[in-house]
Amino acid sequence: MNIDAVDRQLIQATQTGLPLVAQPYQAVAEQLGLSVEEVMQRLARMQQDGIIRRIAAVPNHYKLGYRYNGMTVWDVDDRQIDNLGPKVAELPFVSHCYQRPRHLPDWPYNLFAMVHGKTQQDAERQVAIISEVLGEHVGSRDVLYSSKILKKTGLRIGG
Amino acid sequence: MLAQLQPLHKHLLNDYQQDFPLSPTPYRDIAEQLGVSEDEVLHAFEELSAQRMISRIGPVIAPNSIGSSALVAMAVPEHDLARVAELVSAYPEVNHNYERENRFNLWFVAVADDEAQLGMVIAEIETRSGYPAMTLPMLADYFINLGFEMNLHD
Repeated sequence: MNIDAVDRQLIQATQTGLPLVAQPYQAVAEQLGLSVEEVMQRLARMQQDGIIRRIAAVPNHYKLGYRYNGMTVWDVDDRQIDNLGPKVAELPFVSHCYQRPRHLPDWPYNLFAMVHGKTQQDAERQVAIISEVLGEHVGSRDVLYSSKILKKTGLRIGG
Repeated sequence: MLAQLQPLHKHLLNDYQQDFPLSPTPYRDIAEQLGVSEDEVLHAFEELSAQRMISRIGPVIAPNSIGSSALVAMAVPEHDLARVAELVSAYPEVNHNYERENRFNLWFVAVADDEAQLGMVIAEIETRSGYPAMTLPMLADYFINLGFEMNLHD
């Protein structure tokens, strides 16, 4: 995917958030010495190209009462994972769903889905629903609740 | 805390997880969509931001579209966890770091300009901490373009 130096500067200037002012893109444009049109065009193009996934008011689940942040991990049949992954991802309580490599023998899991519950029972219900979706194609599984958030920032790229 | 959320705040939290307007005056656009004033929208976002109910407003970058990233797990003995957690969090390349209830009790996401640099950062963390790291890069992102649906009514 193609990004130039200006795109990179634009990402660096906005990845931790736009300024909370009436004309935020204008403020970023002034900071970078660009026109607001160019800033908006570049953001729109990067969104089209899939570099920017979305422009969002990003909620802080934890502060909103979703204290039970569970990383659910599953050992899913490799032949089924590309079929089942999207079905898990589309569940309304799943915020992220990825395939990752197993590390045998320590780590047999290849599917990761993040769930968020206000109570542990909520989270457990969510795990049960994912389990149903995966059905016979899943072997062992685990849920890793976070006991402490040690650091959380937006994606940062270096400069 | 949730009890004080006004209907406007709930709309702002739930409705703009995908399409925050890309326009010269996004808050005015939102105000028009919701039938309130631009000042009310800005003020409500300021409150949500001050209470950290939103972590930021801005572009969300797709994983691995720029640079190289991986989820990394370490199994650290309880007595040494605080030291290693702090060591890991201090890296600017680390943007999430969670303690989790598992033998692998430290989980973090590291991002670098390319795979070689990412490998160097992880190797350095292994050396400085004294524990091996399990690197789990993303192989597929089963991404569905829907916001995380929040129940803000209780």
